[in-house]
Amino acid sequence: MSLALSRFRMRRGLTRVAGTMLGVALAIWTLVPVYNMLLIALSEDGDEFTGTVWPSDPSFESFEVIWTEGYWYLENFWHQFGNSCIIGLAVMALTVLVGSLASFGMGRMRLRKAWLLGNVSLLTYAVPASFLVIPFTRLMHLYGLTDSLWSVIAAEVAFAAPYAILIFHQYGKLIPLELDDAARVDGATPFQVYWRIYLPLMAPALAVVATYALLLAWNEYLYQYLLLSSRRSMTVAVAINQFFDSDEAPWNYMMAVAIVYSIPPVAVYYGLRRYMVAGLTMGGVKG
Amino acid sequence: MSSTTQPLPHYVRPFASGRTWYPNWFGGLHGSERSWAIAFFLPYAAVFLAFIVYPVVYGIWLGSDPELYAELFVQPRYLTTVVNTLLLVGVGVNVKMFLAFLLSGFFVIPNRWIKALLVLYMLPWALPALPAFLSLHWMLIGYGGFLNSALETWFDIDGPIWFNSYPLAMGANILAYIWKWMPFWTLVFVAGRMAIPQEIYEAAAVDGATGIRRFTYVTFPLLANLYLICTLLSTLWTVGDFTTAYFVSSGAPALQTETLATFGFRMAFDQGYPRLGIAAVMVTLPLLIPLTILLMRRVQATEVQL
Repeated sequence: MSLALSRFRMRRGLTRVAGTMLGVALAIWTLVPVYNMLLIALSEDGDEFTGTVWPSDPSFESFEVIWTEGYWYLENFWHQFGNSCIIGLAVMALTVLVGSLASFGMGRMRLRKAWLLGNVSLLTYAVPASFLVIPFTRLMHLYGLTDSLWSVIAAEVAFAAPYAILIFHQYGKLIPLELDDAARVDGATPFQVYWRIYLPLMAPALAVVATYALLLAWNEYLYQYLLLSSRRSMTVAVAINQFFDSDEAPWNYMMAVAIVYSIPPVAVYYGLRRYMVAGLTMGGVKG
Repeated sequence: MSSTTQPLPHYVRPFASGRTWYPNWFGGLHGSERSWAIAFFLPYAAVFLAFIVYPVVYGIWLGSDPELYAELFVQPRYLTTVVNTLLLVGVGVNVKMFLAFLLSGFFVIPNRWIKALLVLYMLPWALPALPAFLSLHWMLIGYGGFLNSALETWFDIDGPIWFNSYPLAMGANILAYIWKWMPFWTLVFVAGRMAIPQEIYEAAAVDGATGIRRFTYVTFPLLANLYLICTLLSTLWTVGDFTTAYFVSSGAPALQTETLATFGFRMAFDQGYPRLGIAAVMVTLPLLIPLTILLMRRVQATEVQL
């Protein structure tokens, strides 16, 4: 008996050690690049890497310079940060709105060929965004959106919406159609059903799509670089990469900018985090 | 609804029988219901037509000259970029998805520490790509980069100059890609695993399926469709990936680690030859269209079986 018990204990102990090791390895894997950002941002002299592993003489000078826009590459920093926020928030709001309207029409209106509409939206992903950017830059002249934040917002919403529709559609299947029927019998219009019943019940999926769309906008570089050319309409992503154009490269400022730029999406993600797992539950599991 | 036995006057038929020459998108709906359905779709339809369909048609028209493709294949770096893109997609996507799937099994263990670790582990996904990749770039830079400094300080190893060697630079791109995107898919699989009712596991345990058998006979079959859908989506999103190669290795050494997207970008905007840039990426369409069709079928399959 005691042998079996000790064997059980040993196995449990081994599992625990293996789990801890895996956990530590994952934490290191995740944090090293983040640590490296801090290491560079906190170093006092940005022109060259000193080859140290710890910040020998940490200085917050680079963050002060950003705060006061005290370097010529950073003179419009807060304006550019505002542009990034406008793009991010607009992409987030419009993706949620457009995607939820379409998925409501698809899943709740009892259309016979509704799945076809979902498929058509997925066709978007047959074309890489990096392919589309070339005709896109030309078409923006035609639409009169040259150097306008709206051109980037439109492109990013167009790319985020199919995934949004997919998530909404899968999640929406968990909400019984009878609820809609009951509301309709009580005299609600389809829009009221959408606004008062569908949206509140979809909250976890809305949180997922909102986070996804915001991160898509925040990750994106190519469209922002090609469509927003002037200093005033530039976003932080484009501005960061401008550091490479210079010879005197203050890399500590660059990394400090990168850290400041990372704060909004990280904050939004951690704010909406508790809904994520519930919202990502795709019907696929039961399939 | 569609099978009316009574013959109707010819002018009524298209509406009453539900059978028309055009696909019956709004079949089953009439009057105001139909207008409502159209209204719900209108915003997305407008976005789709103006910002996807029109540019695609224009792009295909721009890249329709067959001579472009002859020109493309004599470009010295073009075949390397095709190989690199295939490596990023073939290795990067699949390793990422497989590890994400395994790790999702670790993260569903009910334990306070593991829950806390998941919060931390999601950080790369929440960090924007550009700062993260720039940090990885500086981390791997030969002299004074964090990785080589750490190797020297702690292990007394003289690290290689990562971006001077093709395999190391390509490996760095793929690892950076996995680092950035694995957390998201892990979360998707965590959600998938949590949606499996506990009773299924209990029933399987009664039948003797525990441990590895539980994985092969219960968990994996239930999540196989989700796994396939996610892999297809990720593949489609990665073929045109620009940021990884552009910011991590920046094509180093000597443009050898470029992908199709960065190659197309360079052709179109640095060398002022947009048609060639379009052609470079358009080559992937014969691969992407079947994958998209497969994706549609899998997404629909979940719908049918629900």
